[in-house]
Amino acid sequence: MTSLNTTGRSLLPNDALLFERSSTATNAHHTNKAASSAGRRLAILWKIPIGLALSWFVMAVVVLWALLPGWFTSHSGTVGTARQQLRAPSAEHWLGTDALGRDLLARIIYGAGNSLSGAFVAVGVGLVVGTALGLVAGSARGRVDGAIMRGVDVLLSIPQLLLSLSIVILLGFGTVNAAIAVGVTSIASFARLARSEVVRVRASDYVEAAFGSGGTFFRVLLRHILPNSLTSVIALAALQFGSAILAISTLGFLGYGAPPPTPEWGLLIAEGRNYIARAWWLTAVPGVVVILVVLSANRISQSFGKVRT
Amino acid sequence: MSTVVGASLKGIGTGAVPVLEIRDLAVSYRSGDEFQRVVHNVSLQLRPGEVVALVGESGSGKTTTAQAVIGLLAENGRVDSGAIRLNGTDIGRWSQKRLDSIRGSKISLIPQDPTGSLNPVKTIGAQVAEVLEIHRQGSRRQIEAQVIDLLARVGLSEPELRARQYPHELSGGMRQRVLIAIAVALRPSLIIADEPTSALDVTVQKRILDLIDGLRKEYGTAVLLVTHDLGVAADRANHLVVLKGGRVQEQGPTAEVLASPRSEYTRKLLADAPSLAKARHVRRAAGPRPGTGEHAIVVENLVQDFRLDGGRGTFRAVDGVSFNVPRGTTHAIVGESGSGKTTTARSVVGFQRPTSGRILVDGIDVTSLRGDGLRQFRRKIQLVYQNPFASLDPLQTIFQIVEEPLLNFDPMPKEERVRKVHAILERVGLPQSVIGRRPRALSGGQRQRVAIARALVLGPQVLVLDEAVSALDVTVQARILELLDELQQELGLTYLFISHDLAVVRQISDTVSVLHSGRQVDSGSVEDVFLHPGSPYTRELIGAIPGQRSLAHACASTHFIGAAQ
Repeated sequence: MTSLNTTGRSLLPNDALLFERSSTATNAHHTNKAASSAGRRLAILWKIPIGLALSWFVMAVVVLWALLPGWFTSHSGTVGTARQQLRAPSAEHWLGTDALGRDLLARIIYGAGNSLSGAFVAVGVGLVVGTALGLVAGSARGRVDGAIMRGVDVLLSIPQLLLSLSIVILLGFGTVNAAIAVGVTSIASFARLARSEVVRVRASDYVEAAFGSGGTFFRVLLRHILPNSLTSVIALAALQFGSAILAISTLGFLGYGAPPPTPEWGLLIAEGRNYIARAWWLTAVPGVVVILVVLSANRISQSFGKVRT
Repeated sequence: MSTVVGASLKGIGTGAVPVLEIRDLAVSYRSGDEFQRVVHNVSLQLRPGEVVALVGESGSGKTTTAQAVIGLLAENGRVDSGAIRLNGTDIGRWSQKRLDSIRGSKISLIPQDPTGSLNPVKTIGAQVAEVLEIHRQGSRRQIEAQVIDLLARVGLSEPELRARQYPHELSGGMRQRVLIAIAVALRPSLIIADEPTSALDVTVQKRILDLIDGLRKEYGTAVLLVTHDLGVAADRANHLVVLKGGRVQEQGPTAEVLASPRSEYTRKLLADAPSLAKARHVRRAAGPRPGTGEHAIVVENLVQDFRLDGGRGTFRAVDGVSFNVPRGTTHAIVGESGSGKTTTARSVVGFQRPTSGRILVDGIDVTSLRGDGLRQFRRKIQLVYQNPFASLDPLQTIFQIVEEPLLNFDPMPKEERVRKVHAILERVGLPQSVIGRRPRALSGGQRQRVAIARALVLGPQVLVLDEAVSALDVTVQARILELLDELQQELGLTYLFISHDLAVVRQISDTVSVLHSGRQVDSGSVEDVFLHPGSPYTRELIGAIPGQRSLAHACASTHFIGAAQ
């Protein structure tokens, strides 16, 4: 109680600061308004950092690959052409062909669908299950909190790769199973973040005010606690998206992901590995694609964080 | 205006070179690519041993002016024009490095927030020694002796022990004393005190201001006092500079400004300052309010224990507090931080179960309520929080915020909810245009109006106001108090008003309980308690209200002028 009171008191100077800031901000806003709106829009475009723009571009291309692979290549992603094995990049095959005569670019483009949907499933599993666990733990507190969070600690203590391998072995091989396995490993970090956010939001005056105006537990949970906790959880989801692609590729590389004819980025790297002396691009190009997508996802998630603060 | 300054300075000044002279200072902040000017042509003078107060509300540019003097403007700030002369030398264009040589030795700062301004991982002694080391004041041993001496000088008990302690082991007032020790360590000719007591309790505030005053007299240091509290400025300064929107509204000797303010704005500030307004606003003194005789709130022997973290012991936050509040009146609970006033309020609202005692609100025993009974009880009593920045959900629109309590009870058609929300927003004096905005787009005063609207939308009979006006500027505070008064008369509300500010309490309350360390040391009608305080603690609290020294003087001169006319 003492602490409650002192924080209340010390808010006074902070408030003054906020007032001061907001008033300068509004002043600035007024002068900005004077400038033409078209000019302003252009200025906003200019202000987007080049790296961020590139990241969005990379993500857009990859998403289009996943949705409409036929638009980007006339070759098949799974069927090779006879007598065209291990060709170097040329006008016909921009990135060359693999040992079975399949066009590498086509395989990367068709592989985007598998890798991206895998990452979506993985992040989805982590986001939904992890946030739900964190929400329950953070709002119920007490023993429920203790039980859930100790379970999460156990999850955190197992190395991620080991955990996802064990799960994929239990579930059986396949794209979806690999994605679920990767998703389970990220539950722990989602749960931790969601819980800490929920605990923070729960302690706020507006949540108490909502209870004070007659709100029931679940209404307040859905109306205030969940939306206010979600912002940083969403930023984590974008970040996890990148590492999920990496983890799924790892599983694919090790042979636990999609079965061989399916084009999948990790699998492409693994297959190309055998010919690294003759055709280095077979491993290098899919590797670079994975790196670019992961970096872009990281950059975009970082920009989410900035918007929030 | 310059003639006014010149004339007034002749009276006080000794003709010596002013310690600080600011001439036509203009400061702006960069936002994006543009510079926004926040201080316009501010001029002032400060002579040795003088106290000049920069008075204004948030955003008036008072802190910016002070920061410009000591060269500590924020990254995006710059001095556009004007001169800042320290003992005759213009330091306005000095580099940071060059300023380092005078900061601490010639000019020093007492910052606003004693908690944030001390390094939590260094001992008090080391932090005081730092300023001496930077300016190379003797050997290690000499510095150690000097540190102990300084800590004793600023009135800290057991200075040797304090020097070895860390900031978190000290109270807010003690930390502020440490900061003062750092500021006066090298006996600078100018001390800038930026809201030195705003975060402190009123009795601590008085002691700290007395300390600064004493040191000033002893060392002959000039003090530039930045404050939003006109009462503090009136008590302590020889000269007032009133700022608004970065422009000087008025400046002159304190007594003159208080007695016959020239600018409209100063007049408004004076009228709104609760500590200076007591002669005008005591509407309650006229007689008891037309209460119906029955009690809206009855608290009997309230005791609240908290279990201490870790140990098995308990801490008694509230110890045997009792009071009755007749319907339609205002009861104030006054005390310093840690006195148990907020705990009492939270028990009355039903947020926590008291250890023992009885609380009746509208005849319902709050302590026995559980589950849905407690939820239904919320319709009768609502709490308004201190900080309107934290009590509104940042993601909701104003409409959603005010509508929410209606959704929690009997289903109501959408049109009726909209009608009710519009009506209550109008009642608290908010324009309809705010309805779709989020709290972020509103000022502090507007937000507090939204919080009051949310509390009133269910039509409760009792409103608990937990320091509801403490975080607001004095003029905004005055408007909110007026609103509360109107609402009470119109709707017959009963208020439980929690505050540390006796001046405000005197203005708004009918009855009052004074709490000290969880015990009720005084209670009764406001006039009784203020005129005949029963306990030494209450006397000390009343004595510490700023603005009293000059008030007597100002009143006398107002009467004199009035009589002369």
